[in-house]
Amino acid sequence: MSFFKLTNVRKTFGGLVAVNDLSFAIEAGSIVAMIGPNGAGKSTVFNLITGIYSPSSGAIDLEGRTLRGLSTDRVTARGIARTFQNIRLFAFMSALDNVMTGCHAQMRASLLDSLLHTPRQRAEERTVRERARELLKFVGLEGDADNYARNLSYGHQRRLEIARALATDPKLLLLDEPAAGMNPREKEGLIALIRRIRDKGVTVFLIEHDMHLVMNLSERVTVLDHGEKIAEGTPEAVRNDERVIEAYLGRADGAA
Amino acid sequence: MNPAVRRSLRFVPLLLLPLVPLVDHNNSHIDFLANAGAFILLALGLNIVVGFAGLLDLGYAAFFAIGSYSYAMLASQQFGIHVPFWVMLFAASGIAAIFGILLGAPTLRLRGDYLAIVTLGFGEIVPQTFLNLSQYTNGPNGISSLDSPSLFGHRFGFSATPYFYVMLGLIVIGVLLASNLQNSRLGRAWMAIREDELAARHMGINTTAAKLSAFALGASFSGLAGVAYAAKLDLVSPDQFQFNVSVLVLSMLVLGGMGNIPGVIVGSFALSFINSFLLPQSTNLVHSIGLTWIDFTDYRFMLYGVILVAMMLFRPEGLIPSRQRRAELREALTDPGISAQEQTEYEGAAR
Repeated sequence: MSFFKLTNVRKTFGGLVAVNDLSFAIEAGSIVAMIGPNGAGKSTVFNLITGIYSPSSGAIDLEGRTLRGLSTDRVTARGIARTFQNIRLFAFMSALDNVMTGCHAQMRASLLDSLLHTPRQRAEERTVRERARELLKFVGLEGDADNYARNLSYGHQRRLEIARALATDPKLLLLDEPAAGMNPREKEGLIALIRRIRDKGVTVFLIEHDMHLVMNLSERVTVLDHGEKIAEGTPEAVRNDERVIEAYLGRADGAA
Repeated sequence: MNPAVRRSLRFVPLLLLPLVPLVDHNNSHIDFLANAGAFILLALGLNIVVGFAGLLDLGYAAFFAIGSYSYAMLASQQFGIHVPFWVMLFAASGIAAIFGILLGAPTLRLRGDYLAIVTLGFGEIVPQTFLNLSQYTNGPNGISSLDSPSLFGHRFGFSATPYFYVMLGLIVIGVLLASNLQNSRLGRAWMAIREDELAARHMGINTTAAKLSAFALGASFSGLAGVAYAAKLDLVSPDQFQFNVSVLVLSMLVLGGMGNIPGVIVGSFALSFINSFLLPQSTNLVHSIGLTWIDFTDYRFMLYGVILVAMMLFRPEGLIPSRQRRAELREALTDPGISAQEQTEYEGAAR
C-alpha cells in the first residue's frame, strides 16, 4: 500500500479536460516533484487533492483511506497541507497569528472555552503560541513574529506560508512553486529548508519550474502536459525523456 | 507595560459609570443612558458578525425584534405566560441565536454584496411577520403591559435606574465575552476567514461552522438587548425594528471602528447621544427662544448620512480603530498590495 496515491484521476470543466487519467504514487518520507509547462494542470492536481475541486472520476488515497468527498478543512485535518502559487497569507495578521491559525485543527477549544477563556483554553493558547514560535524559528523568521504578514519580504512570505502549513501538522506537504520569485541565495536556503522538513518526517510534493531546485531535491519527478502524465522517474531519466523535451521545447523536426 | 494590563486600563473609566444615577437625579438622563446601553449591546453583537467575521449583515434588527417579541410573548398577559425577566435574558439570547443560525445558513455560500442583500431581506421579513401575525402579536398595536422585572422582591416599575444597572451589567458581560472571543481559536478563525476564506479552509477551519457561530453569537447579544429594551419600554411593536435600526447599528460600528470593542462602544454611544439627547435638547432650546418652526430631530437621518460620508472620506477606519483595520484601510489606499486581481482568482477558485 502506498502512502499517497492518485488512481485514474480525471477532472473536466465543462468540455475542457484539465486532468486526464492521472495515476501516480508517493512513498512516505520522500521528496517528489511535478513539472510541466504552464497550463498543464499542475495546480489543478493540488486543488483536487485538497478538496477545492472534486475529481470527475478516479480515486485519491492517503494511507489507504480515500480523500474523496472530504471538504478542504477535513483534508487538512487528515494531514495534507499546502502553500499557494500566489502567496495567500492572512495579510493583516501577524506572522505569529498566521502560524497559530494553522494550528486550528489540532486545537480542542470549544465555543464555550473560547467565550469564557477557561484554564484549559488558556493553557492550550500558551502551548500553541510556543509551538508557533518554534515553527517560525524553524523557517528562520523568529524575528518577524509580530510583523504583519504583508510587510515581510517576498522570500520571507514564502517561508511564512510554509511555517503556517507545517502548523497543521501535515504528513504530506504540497508546495506550489515555492521558489517562484526567489533570488539564487534564497533558493539555496529553500532547498535546505525543504530537506529539513523531510527529515522531520514530512513527505514533500512540490510543483516547480526551477529545474535546478527540482533536480537537486526530488527523488522522483512526474511530468504533466495537457493534463496527462507524459513521463515519470528519477530526475535524470525525466530530463532525457524525449516526450518531456518535446513538451517543453517543441518537436525536433518542427524546429529549425 | 503588560499588554493585558494596558488593555484593561482602557476600561477603567467604566468603573465610574455605576455612580452616575447617584449623582445625576434627572430621570431623563438615566433613561437616555439605559437606552444607549441597549444600542451598545446591539453594536457589540453586530461587531462579532461584521467586525470579527467580516459578514456584512444589513438585517440585524431582526434579532433585536426576536429578542423583544420573545419577552413580550412569554412575559405578559398576552398568553398569560410569565417567565421571569432573568430567565428570559438567557432564553431570548438562545432563541435569537437559533434564529441566527436559521437565517445564517442560507447565506453561507454568499459573499459581500449578495450576503448583504439577503440579510436585508431577512431584516424586512421578520418585523413584517410580527406585524402580520396579528392574532399573536396584536399587529401594528404591538404588545404592551409587559411584566416588570424584579430583583429580590423589588419591582423595577417605571424608573429608568434599575434598567441602567441591568444594561451596564449586560454590557460588562458582553465586552468580556466579545473580547474573549476575539482572542481565541474562534476569533482567529473569523479573522482568517475575513482575510482569505480559501486559505482559512486550508488551515483546517470549518468555515461553515465558524460563520454560523458568528451569526449565532452576534444574534444572542441582540436577544439580550431586546429583552432588556422591551421590559424597559413596556411595549413592543413592529415599527421599532425597521431597516433604519439595522442601519443605525451598522453606522455605530463604522463611526467607532469596526472590529475594535472600545471603538464600537464609543461609536454607539456617540450616535445615541446625538440621536436621543443632543437633537431633542437643542430643539427644546431653540423652541424656548421662540423658534418653534425648527425641529432638529427631523434631520437625524441627514446627519447620519453626513457623518458616514465624512467618515468614509476622512477616517474610514473609524474613530478608535483596531490596529489591523487601520493598516488595512490606510495601506490599501496608498498601495494596492495584495490586490484585486488575487481577490478575483480566489473567488474563482472558491467556487
